[in-house]
Order: sequence, then C-alpha cells, then structure tokens
Amino acid sequence: MGFFGSKEEFPGKGSFPHGIHPPDNKFYSAGAAVEVLPNPDKVVLPLLQHIGAPCEPVVKPKQVVACGEMVGKGQAFVSAALHSPVAGKVKKNTVVTLANGRHLPAIEIKTDGDQVDPKDLWKEMTATDWSFSTVSDYAPDEISKLIHAAGIVGLGGAAFPTHVKVMPSDKQLIDTLLVNGCECEPYLTCDYRLMKEAPYAIVAGALLAGRAVSAKEIFICVEDNKPEAIEALERATQDTVVKVAVVETKYPQGSEKQLVKAVLDLEVPLGGLPSAVGVAMSNVGTMAAVARGVMKKGPLTHRVVSVTGGGIANPKNLFVPIGITMGELIDYCGGLTQDAARIIAGGPMMGFAFSDLNTPVTKGTSGITILTHAEAARGEETSCVRCGRCVDACPMNLVPTRLAMAARYQNPELARQYNINACFECGSCTYVCPANIKLVQLIRTGKAQVAATMKK
Amino acid sequence: MSKISEIEGAGHEGPTLNVAPSPHVSDITFTTKRMMTDVLIALVPLVAMSVFVFRGYAVKQLVVCVVACLASEALFVSMRGRKITLTDCSAAVTGIILALSLPGTAPWYVGALASFVAMGIGKIIFGGLGMNIFNPAMVGRAFVMIAFASLMGAGAYENPAGVVDAISQATPLNAFKGSGVATSVFDLFFGFTNGSIGETSALAALIGGIFLCVRRTASWEIPVGVLSCVAVLAGLADLSAGAGGYVLLHHLFGGALLFGAFFIATDPVTSPLTPRGKFIFGAGVGALVMIIRLFSGYPEGVMFAILLMNAVTPLINRWTIPHPMGDA
Repeated sequence: MGFFGSKEEFPGKGSFPHGIHPPDNKFYSAGAAVEVLPNPDKVVLPLLQHIGAPCEPVVKPKQVVACGEMVGKGQAFVSAALHSPVAGKVKKNTVVTLANGRHLPAIEIKTDGDQVDPKDLWKEMTATDWSFSTVSDYAPDEISKLIHAAGIVGLGGAAFPTHVKVMPSDKQLIDTLLVNGCECEPYLTCDYRLMKEAPYAIVAGALLAGRAVSAKEIFICVEDNKPEAIEALERATQDTVVKVAVVETKYPQGSEKQLVKAVLDLEVPLGGLPSAVGVAMSNVGTMAAVARGVMKKGPLTHRVVSVTGGGIANPKNLFVPIGITMGELIDYCGGLTQDAARIIAGGPMMGFAFSDLNTPVTKGTSGITILTHAEAARGEETSCVRCGRCVDACPMNLVPTRLAMAARYQNPELARQYNINACFECGSCTYVCPANIKLVQLIRTGKAQVAATMKK
Repeated sequence: MSKISEIEGAGHEGPTLNVAPSPHVSDITFTTKRMMTDVLIALVPLVAMSVFVFRGYAVKQLVVCVVACLASEALFVSMRGRKITLTDCSAAVTGIILALSLPGTAPWYVGALASFVAMGIGKIIFGGLGMNIFNPAMVGRAFVMIAFASLMGAGAYENPAGVVDAISQATPLNAFKGSGVATSVFDLFFGFTNGSIGETSALAALIGGIFLCVRRTASWEIPVGVLSCVAVLAGLADLSAGAGGYVLLHHLFGGALLFGAFFIATDPVTSPLTPRGKFIFGAGVGALVMIIRLFSGYPEGVMFAILLMNAVTPLINRWTIPHPMGDA
C-alpha cells in the first residue's frame, strides 16, 4: 500500500490474506480534538485491569493518598501496579463488575485535597519537546523497571503488562518493534487522536521500548484511512530511526499476527507469540505512556477514551482518569439518544456490551461505542448454505462454519481437527455470514467444549 | 437526549438498552435471500433466450416447474411441521433451473413430477435448504430422465411437428455424436439450436454467470475448474481428430456445459467450502463431462457429472481442510 510513499520501507505487502471491510464509521468522533475531563468526585480502581495476577492493595481504608501514589502493587512477574489518578481518601474496599463480566475487588478513592490538574498531564503528552537524544541515557533493564513501576499495560485492549514485553532477554532475540496504531476496530478514534495530537510522546516511547529490547528496526504501523495521523507521525519521526509503515485499512489489521504478516511478511507460529519470530508489538497509547513513565517518572493514571457511535448525543475523545465510571463519560458527552440500543466497552467487533453505567473505565478501555437499534440490527438466522463467505473472511484461514457446527452439535473432536484453537475471535465470520449465524459466538462455546475434553 | 441521571429517575421514558456477545455489527445487506435474488437476476438472459428460441414450449416448462417447485416445497415443509420458507426464493431458483434443463417438448407432467421429486427427495427429506447432499434440480431431472426415457432422451428433443424451427432439428451434441454433423459455432454461441430450453445459448450463460461471479454469489473457482478441465480434454480430443479447434469450441459452447458450470455446479450447498476444494470440484465435473460425452452412450453428461461430484463433496471438504496461518 504505497499511497504515502512508504512502500519500500518494509518487507511485507501492507496487508494480510482474507479479512473484511466493514464501514469504519470513524466520522462520529475523528474530528473531535481530545478534551480533558475534570476530576471526578471519586474513582473506583479494580485490582485486576490487566492479563496476569491481580495486584495487592497497599493502602488501607481512610488512608489519604496523593495524586499518582501507588495503591496496588504487582507482586507476580506478570502483573502491574496501580496508582491513584486523584488525591483523596481511600474508602471501604468494594467489589465491581467490569464490562467483560468479571467481578473484582476494587479500591475506591474519594477525591479530596490538592489535585494535579489533568490539563497539565495532557499538555505534557502533547508537547513537541520530548527529548529523543536522552533515550540512550537509559539502560535497557532500567527502562523495563521504570515501566514496571509506572504500572503500564497494553492500552490497545488486551492490557498485557508492558514491562514483560520489553524485558531485555538473552533467550528471545528481538529484531523489530512494531508500534500498533492501526486501530482497525470500527468507530474508535482514541489512537488516531493520540497519534495526531501527541506524536512526539509516541516516538519517544517507541525509541525507549526499542532500546529496551535492542530492536534493530522500529515501525509505527498505521492504516491508510488515517492520513493526518500518518503526516503527524512522519513529522515527529524525522531524524530518528523510527519509520512509519502505512498498511491497508482492513479488519483485523491491528491483530498481532496479521500485522506481523502485513509489515514483515513473517508468520507467527500457531499458539506462539510475535517474539517467536523476533518481533515485539505494542500499542501507540502504550508507547506514549512509556515515554511519560520513563522520562517523567509519571505513572499510568489517565488515558484517552473515545465515546462514539450513533447512540451518543455528542461523540468525543476524552482524556480521562482510570477508575471514572462509564456513565460519567456518557453524561459528559450529552447522554444517550432515544434510539441508543447497546453500550459497548471497546469497539463493535470485539468489545463487551454492558448495562451497568457504574462500570469503571480501566487501563484497557479504548472507547465506549454506543450503537443505535439500526446499527446493531441483525437479521433472522437461517440455514447455512455453505457459501464459504466465512472461509474467505477468516484471517486465520480457518473454516468457521465447520467449527460453529461442530460446537452446535457438540463434536469437540471435529472442532479440534479444524484447528478451533487458532481462532482469536475477531468476529469477521459472524459479520459476513449471509445466514446470520452467530459463528464466532458458537466457536467460543466450542472452545470451552474442547477444553473440557482435554481435562478429562 | 437523556442524561443517565434522568433515565434512572422513575417514570422516565429512556432508550431500551440490550446486551449481546460481540461482534455487535454485521453486514445486513448481504443475506441468503440476496444470493438467491442474484441468481434469479442472472437467470434472466437465459430465460429470455429460451423464450425467444422455444416460445410457448419454454413458457410452459418455466411456469409448470416454478409453480410445482413452490407447491412441493410448501407441501413438504408443512408435512415436516416447519415454517414455510418460500420467501428465501430458493425453491423458485430450483424451479427455473430445472425448467431450463428440460426439453421444450416434454409434457407438463414430466416437469411437475421432476419438481416434486426435486423438492421432496432432493431437498426437504435431508432437512431443507443447506442440508441436501445433491443438487435438487438435478435430482429431479435425473428421476424423470430415467422414468421417462423416451420423453427425455436425445431423440425426444426432435419434434418434426414442432411449431418452432429449433425443435425440428437434432441437438448439436447428438447430431455430432450420432452422425458427425457439425453445428456452426456461431449458432452454438448465440443459441439458435435445439436442446434443453435453457442450455442452448452460450452467450446468455456467460453473461449471467459472469454477473454471479462478479457479485461473488457464485465462486469463480468452480466454473474456472470446469471450463479449464473441459478445454484441456476437448483440446486433446481436438488434436487427435485434427479438427482445427472446432471440437474444442463445440464442447465448450455446446450442450449444458456453460449453464451447468455457472448455475448448477456453483450451488454452494452441494459444492465444497474452500477455494481449493471448489477448484477440485469444478475440475472433477469437467473431467466427468468429457468422459461421458466422449466415451458413453449419452451425448451429454453435465447432470451426471454434477451429481457424481456432489457425492464426493464431503470427501473433498475433508481433503482440503486449510492450514491455519502460522501452521508449518
């Protein structure tokens, strides 16, 4: 995809086989500059916002905490620390339900006392004077330690602790760092706005992470439907080793294995991680957080969240404290419209629908997509006519209809024969199915059936 | 507009929210019904050509088969105690394809019985749309071809008393096989010959077929497999006969080959799932067509070739399980 003259710079074709082209519907919020939300009255911080072990609370009820003070400590290797985005008083321990349905213990903090103005934090992020030359002053393992201390996890959605990814290692040599700015989920624009408004922080973070893993090459990967982000990044990456890789706009381009294929023409082995082919990958938002965590010693307490879709009065991109409730963001954006039908944490392809507006924003919340009845409409399910559309759509080259029918008729043996565990549940098959069969939903139950037979 | 705080207040008329697992959006413009509508549109040139060449004979077959297919589907579906599924248009598609595969001179009860068998034994007995192993239209046609051999055999196409010119001649494939008489390639291409009412025009089949492939309602791998295999085998036959290309074009444009390749073999239900499987399926149809045409007593073999390959489809699916990305 050499639309912006970047074709020769990377070995891949800029795309991966199969995939789908849903309408991106980014127009709702793409034009809205990031607004900084004022501090809320209270924040609720769940103790597990990442993949791995929950963190241990290090504060007691009634304790007074300062802005950015650590309230939860990540003891295990794969875990992350938790910091308070506001100054205030710790309240009684509570339990919250996240959008993905998990019930978790949480620390509630009532805002009180001297606050840091979140506008200053955002100003710091969007500054153009991030120092690229001081990157070499940090030793690789120091960078990883500072990232750990800042409680940084992947902000693209999966929320894998970043210090684990950028840990210098003798065993797993990393050649290339891919910074993921694809944002292939329809509707969401938080990464787009960040790339456009804070490109220097992203580049600084990329240089730091690249140094931590001793990467020889660093690419920031962006889909070709975001020309303004590409332009901003190209300006920011001038005179650095970081390159901008423009890839085709296609879902799920931002998926780990698909992006490695598109940019580097490498295939991540089945069941393996990109590190198996010498690649480390991290989201653009994570890189900006890394820059702040390492260079300013600032913990991860705020993030950009898109509030978008046909069901919200004024779609916006917001810089919000982690732990604020989803309902407060919706209220800030003017509330729901009359035809709002479904509220989703994340995008419409892989996000989680939820109904409790007291659900807190976590480190992995990239957006709130509110669909109208028309946008969430689904036809009535009819019989599979074996047209093979799902086969043409599947980015993992599976046969979704076979997997789904194996699940429906409870045949885990057949499901395994058709490699059910290679499915990463992107939902492309369900999106295209002309018979409106809920393929990926069935495949999820099929995976559970396969797992159950393995245990026996 | 309503703020959350207001919605939660008693008596407020707020929006109705719902939850469901992802994905939350789908391509609602592309449905099974639209696929069937595409096929109906693609059949227009063939129907028009059949009415142009065979006049009343074509109209009679089309009306009989479509009405009988719709009625049979309604009957069998209600016998199973299921919801009537006529609105998905699949029964109408079967009816038209069946009619186009019959000779114009066949009496009405042949078409009616073929439709009855197509829907009952070809489709509904397996569980309806999507569940059948064999192409329903071809099941119906095979039944009447054997039951009414004299009304359906090659000789039956010739009706010296016919009021339309076309049906007073032998079919091109039969004339060539029986007595070595060659029909002009021009007539074969445009369709001014005798034959089953929908098979005569290569041009009409190509127009409709390419439309289906462009819309991706039919998978291009199947017709490409059929035609390339027929071209190779007919090319060999051509070389051995020293016919200078005539035999090749005769086999490609003659008989039901293009109609079968684009409209019958591409039935998604009875063909394989993966692109590779589809090509193998198409090539198999092409090979069987040529074997029947060259070495059997029948002048034409599209119907049997497709039915035989339908039977092999589950096996092809098993052979062509694709390797997932990253699977060495």
